[in-house]
Amino acid sequence: MAEIRVDVRGETCPVPLVETRKALRRAQPGDVLVIAGTHPASKKEIPMAAEALDLELIGVEGADSDWTIRIRR
Amino acid sequence: MSERTTIVVQSGDMDKLYSALIIANGSLAMGMEVSLYFTFWGLERLKKGGLERGPLSRMHLLGLGKWMVRRRMKAARVASLERLMADFRELGGKVLACEMTMEIMGIKRQDLREDLIDAYGAVGSYIADARKSTVTLFI
Repeated sequence: MAEIRVDVRGETCPVPLVETRKALRRAQPGDVLVIAGTHPASKKEIPMAAEALDLELIGVEGADSDWTIRIRR
Repeated sequence: MSERTTIVVQSGDMDKLYSALIIANGSLAMGMEVSLYFTFWGLERLKKGGLERGPLSRMHLLGLGKWMVRRRMKAARVASLERLMADFRELGGKVLACEMTMEIMGIKRQDLREDLIDAYGAVGSYIADARKSTVTLFI
């Protein structure tokens, strides 16, 4: 089970969401995605996507403009 | 079967193409399926070299307004339409071209970016997808 890093710091809508989805499609079941970003709305919306995709949200850390989100595929 | 978003892309304006592609990519990212139906002025954007060529729907000012908006978009690191389209394709989004528009406007398949287009169709293809959709938009 690998840890996959997705760096979307400095990116704006819809790139953080799209890059997360692209990485999830490439990941194997059990892999953990670690997404680092600075776009405030994505901090709320990436967890919403995880829920919609029925994936486990491990955690959301940091400020609205500098956050890290962990999702298990 | 997953939920679906279906969008008619009738406008060829740059800002409206952004709206369509951002909503489309957001839908795919949230696990939905997406079909985009390019018709009328929207189809012009699928011509070779046409994707980024649309005017602003308001305050185009002979290109000055578009130039200013693009500069600000670049500063805000907004993705290009080319990138949004590439992401849309990579995430499995479907592009349909309206055959009637092609006939009216004298557009041949070889004038279009055939690599981006999954199918050529008419209103029946749109309705077949739209009736299964939870989100349908006309942009």
